Amino acid sequence: MYEFDWSSIPGALPFLWAGMLRTLQITGVAIIVGLVLGTVIAILRLSKNWLLSAIATCYVTGFRSIPLVMVLLWFYLLVPQLIRRLIGRSDVDIRLFSAFVAFSLFEASYYAEIIRAGIQSVSRGQVHAALALGMTGGQAMRLVILPQAFRRMIPLLLTQAIILFQDTSLVYVIGLAEFFGVAYNTGNRDGTLVELLLFAGAVYFILSFGASMVVRVLQAKAAP
Amino acid sequence: MVTLAARLDWSIFFKPAFDGSGTYLNFLLAGLEWTLLLSIFSWVLAFVVGSIVGVLRTLAGKRLRVLGATYVEIFRNIPLLVQLFLWYFVFPEIVPVLGTWFKQGVTPAMQQLIAGILCLGFFTAARVAEQVRSGINSLGKGQRAAGLALGLSLFGVYRLILLPVAYRIIVPTLTSEFLNTVKNSAVASTIGLAELSRQSQQLGEFTAHWYESFIAVTLLYGVINATVMIISRVIERVTRLPGYVGGQK
Amino acid sequence: MISMISIKNVSKWYGDFQVLKLCNTEIAKGEVVVVCGPSGSGKSTLIKCVNGLETFEVGEIVVDGISVGTRKTNLPKLRSKVGMVFQHFELFPHLKVIQNLTIAQRKVLRRGSKEAKEKALSLLETVGLAAHAGKFPAELSGGQQQRVAIARALAMDPIAMLFDEPTSALDPEMIKEVLDVMVKLAEAGMTMMVVTHEMGFAREVADRVLFMDEGEIVEDQPKADFFKSPATERAQQFLSKILSHGAQA
Repeated sequence: MYEFDWSSIPGALPFLWAGMLRTLQITGVAIIVGLVLGTVIAILRLSKNWLLSAIATCYVTGFRSIPLVMVLLWFYLLVPQLIRRLIGRSDVDIRLFSAFVAFSLFEASYYAEIIRAGIQSVSRGQVHAALALGMTGGQAMRLVILPQAFRRMIPLLLTQAIILFQDTSLVYVIGLAEFFGVAYNTGNRDGTLVELLLFAGAVYFILSFGASMVVRVLQAKAAP
Repeated sequence: MVTLAARLDWSIFFKPAFDGSGTYLNFLLAGLEWTLLLSIFSWVLAFVVGSIVGVLRTLAGKRLRVLGATYVEIFRNIPLLVQLFLWYFVFPEIVPVLGTWFKQGVTPAMQQLIAGILCLGFFTAARVAEQVRSGINSLGKGQRAAGLALGLSLFGVYRLILLPVAYRIIVPTLTSEFLNTVKNSAVASTIGLAELSRQSQQLGEFTAHWYESFIAVTLLYGVINATVMIISRVIERVTRLPGYVGGQK
Repeated sequence: MISMISIKNVSKWYGDFQVLKLCNTEIAKGEVVVVCGPSGSGKSTLIKCVNGLETFEVGEIVVDGISVGTRKTNLPKLRSKVGMVFQHFELFPHLKVIQNLTIAQRKVLRRGSKEAKEKALSLLETVGLAAHAGKFPAELSGGQQQRVAIARALAMDPIAMLFDEPTSALDPEMIKEVLDVMVKLAEAGMTMMVVTHEMGFAREVADRVLFMDEGEIVEDQPKADFFKSPATERAQQFLSKILSHGAQA
């Protein structure tokens, strides 16, 4: 029987907490940028201008057909060069910044699909009513369609955010240490990998499950 | 961008690989083999386990439903990478007989593959379970009642009436789940499995031709994607029932 | 006679199917015109062409001197002057009743929020719903929602009002409250184009009745003449079917 040794966990808690903050930081940035960019792409996909629509479709299809691991590797390759070219500084935390960029752009493609479905689920009658009152297309989108689309899509957007929260663990592949990375490194170093991995698993489970319960409550409230 | 494209050296794929396995092109294709191997075996496991759990969640017994729900929640709320590490590092230490076999009786490559299949299989099974459940539920209680009224056992009702239709309905979602499996297989690179994304990293490290490597691998993933989608359309067309278009009535 | 809405030789196709065939009519200022006909006759399509919600391939529509459908037309501006009421009310569910009335006033006509609110409340008073100003549309009955929708259109101080089957989606006991509002509007001198099956309304306040069938305006007569003796057989059949089912006051 394996002999569990939990002793290295208490000492590592400050570092694990710092790692969790990093996880939440990446998640937060990706959600915000992803939502904004995702909305733009969703609207472009529905645009009558075929070129804009095609570009948006390529974006979405492109990001959704390759593994997140590859996306992270790609941006870890590209971002440093781009930063050097644009800003000329190389003291920025490259790994973190490329993680921000990679996750934001990746998440945007998933959000774009959810938001597109949401926009399309608003009935044409609503669009007509808005236009009939003299609103421009832009006003109709901003004042009537998007508010309704987002209300409907909130459970799906939140669920996607929970998935993103879990996916941040993959920055392991570019050597960035967030919560999971810290847990692994600590366990590896102290020879207590088993305990740390179980601990990390438990923490993720509690946080994700808790968050998904909140989403379920919100869903029940919105559609009684 | 253009100067970059001009500077790419595509001949690298025809040069011999550092590990003597042939050209670098062969090197990448070997990675593709591992990716497909991992994906397909995981998918089979996921399909079987997922179907069982999905059916469990639609049965009348409360304990069975809770069991199914627990399974789904556990595998849905822990990141895939963490699950992989749990299978690769923790399971061999904790599980008595099998764990020892895993640690000693199997080559490292096999260890990686087995851990990968178990992880990806059980992870995906949770998602398949949800799709099977929603497929069965979309048929309504009437179908089940009609089957039972004819004298079929519950097992018979599921086998002959509910599942054949439910599976047809969820072909599109199952396809996208298989594609997710292929994408998720890249996670196995973290425990050293020589699948496609790992090969692309290795190629880059040894030749410094990062762009060529990544572009080639990205294209390969794209090709897999496109191929699976085409096959899926064929399956959808062949199994389509009149009155059920695009996955719903 | 000042022409408010002028429809000249308008034809429209959906692909190969011709949904409007050389429609011609004029509606003068202050006139109330009822458009009736079987389903699929194109009446909803025609009325939607008047404010540019639908496009047309051939012909011309002029509203208050502005041609609808030319590339240069400022459609939002035109639409802000012509009110439209829809079969399914189409109140904005995420806004309270009072906000439904003020949003276009503020965003399209650029009225101040105090002015918009006063106007909104006074209109709600006119349709008898001032007490419900703070509620959401989902909290109101169908008849109440439609009255709010009429008030919403009136808040823009339109020169003409278009009604697309305003009572077709209402339960019978709520039709009267909406028709009463429309009658009051007509008596106040509003130019109205009303697509409806409610012949009682037509008999009471219409000046003219148009009968459409298969995309054509088959009849265009003063109310009294239409009801006494429709010129065409199609109109006669339609009228007898409608009237025999008690669809009138």
